[in-house]
Amino acid sequence: MHHRTEARQHKPAKPLSTNTLEAGAHRHDARPDTLAKRVLSQFLKNKLAVFGAVILLLVISAAILAPFIAPHDPSKINLLQRLAAPSLEFPLGTDIYGRDIFSRILYGAQISLLVGFASMAGAVMIGTIVGALAGYYGGKTDAFLMRVVDVLVSFPNIFLLITIISIFRPGVDKLIFVFALFSWMTTARLVRGEFLSLKKREYVLAAKTVGMSDWRIIFSEMLPNAIGPIIVTATLGVGHIIIAESALSFLGLGVQPPTPSWGNMLHDAQGYSVMRTAWWVPFFPGLMIFVTVLCFNFVGDGLRDAFDPNMK
Amino acid sequence: MIGYILQRSLMAVPILIGISILTFAMMHLAPGGPTALLVDPTISPEAREAFLERYGLNDPLPVQYFKWAGAAIQGDLGYSLIYTGTPVSEMIFSRLPNTLLLMSVSFLLALFISIPLGIQAARKPYSLTDYSMTFFSFVGVATPNFWLGILLIMWLSVHLGWFPTGGVATIDAPLNIWDRIHHLILPAFVLATADMAGLTRYVRSSMLDVLKQDYMRTARAKGFREITVIYKHGLKNGLIPIITLCGFMLPSFFAGSVIVEQVFSWPGIGHLFIQAVFQRDYPVIMGITMMTACLVVLGNLLADICYALVDPRIEY
Repeated sequence: MHHRTEARQHKPAKPLSTNTLEAGAHRHDARPDTLAKRVLSQFLKNKLAVFGAVILLLVISAAILAPFIAPHDPSKINLLQRLAAPSLEFPLGTDIYGRDIFSRILYGAQISLLVGFASMAGAVMIGTIVGALAGYYGGKTDAFLMRVVDVLVSFPNIFLLITIISIFRPGVDKLIFVFALFSWMTTARLVRGEFLSLKKREYVLAAKTVGMSDWRIIFSEMLPNAIGPIIVTATLGVGHIIIAESALSFLGLGVQPPTPSWGNMLHDAQGYSVMRTAWWVPFFPGLMIFVTVLCFNFVGDGLRDAFDPNMK
Repeated sequence: MIGYILQRSLMAVPILIGISILTFAMMHLAPGGPTALLVDPTISPEAREAFLERYGLNDPLPVQYFKWAGAAIQGDLGYSLIYTGTPVSEMIFSRLPNTLLLMSVSFLLALFISIPLGIQAARKPYSLTDYSMTFFSFVGVATPNFWLGILLIMWLSVHLGWFPTGGVATIDAPLNIWDRIHHLILPAFVLATADMAGLTRYVRSSMLDVLKQDYMRTARAKGFREITVIYKHGLKNGLIPIITLCGFMLPSFFAGSVIVEQVFSWPGIGHLFIQAVFQRDYPVIMGITMMTACLVVLGNLLADICYALVDPRIEY
């Protein structure tokens, strides 16, 4: 993800001073904009990001409303309808067991999104605490915590991940736990960076002077100022986890059948006869992963620009 | 320079120790330890005891760890529990060339595609080329490589018959270099796509910096052709940061190869790993995990050394 930050440095950003002047001159209402309002208006200017957000909202509502939208029972096996082509009855066709792919995709969305959001919530929590401690205390704490991060980052986690999952037998709860455990490093590095610069601000000194506890300074004074970048990494992270979850489920190590997930639907699509005759079996579940992850990236990128005070 | 290399190598040691403890601990964290997963519940208690004794599974954990780690340093990773009597190192080394071949070819492929693309985008920033490249790198990052692999097999192999559906070579055919290349093209391409996207963006931003430099203007003023200026004077400098990135990309290449090898039935260590996981062959799982860790650490070390060699401004 570093490349985006780097690439963006080269965009011709207007100097800050003229910017503030302009903003001041054009402002008619007396009340200054809140952060949320400013970010939102900036975000709405980015067409790709808005497009991504709309699609994501659609996917999320489809997942929530799956029981009402789905035309068929997602796990109902109907051997008479094996590998039926997309039709009015089966909008996206059926798989090798004659199950309706459209219904399975809707229910699969529940699992993929649940794993994505829940794991990222856990990862953000761990990452924020580790990063905040490292950045705020500095010194040996910082050095130790960052070495741990280095070790975890420099290793292909998929091996550890698969090992853990295979030991404890796969399940949605374990997936969430394991992904949270291996996805917090980016957030930790980022929060640490933010805290390193934030702790030199005057309000932190002021808070220390009035005798506020470290814990309160970290969480109620400094953290709200680092919320922008955290939201951005979290958004991009959900996309990463959805891909990772579907990869594991594809390998047969993630969400276990008969529970549908986008990844394990692709696992069943590998047979020669399926590939020969039924392109819709591998095509649609993968398309859902692709579109969802793409939209998470669009939204994340849009949020990054929206939170950036230099971009107006 | 030698001091720098030594210092870098020493830094790798705690990483390897950390990973080995982590891997070892995880295998023993399993409810009942590895024995619960491995010993057939139907065998007699005596046979079970004998089994535990033979594999040293009755020793205290730290003893087991040091035994294992001590042997591992000497290249002895133990024996497979499924294919009894086959040394793990032998299993790994018979598969490793396939994985290294796949990874290096797809790495070169990624470089050969993304460097010209990145340069083109850097030469005309904010042009249509630049924006479409940015868009494609979004697409590349969001495409699950197993899906891409399945679609390509379905379309190019099954329907059009242009490529084999998997494996490293035609079974029972004499060694034939074209046959090998034929089998390599699709998996190498699929493995390359994910990292291509990130690489292109790095090349772009690195070259954007370089193109602004005075020596580029000097080179142009000397009357060199634009191609010479960009690729000879510019690229040399633009590639320096890319070397470090290549080291960073290694873990994701290994992760990608696990999945790509599975999709294309490519008999490499990723394929072996998944097979071992399903069979709960834990010496193999640990061996591969450690092996990959060493390779990744070694790769990063090489990248650091290359970086220092290429850029004389770096002091060690």
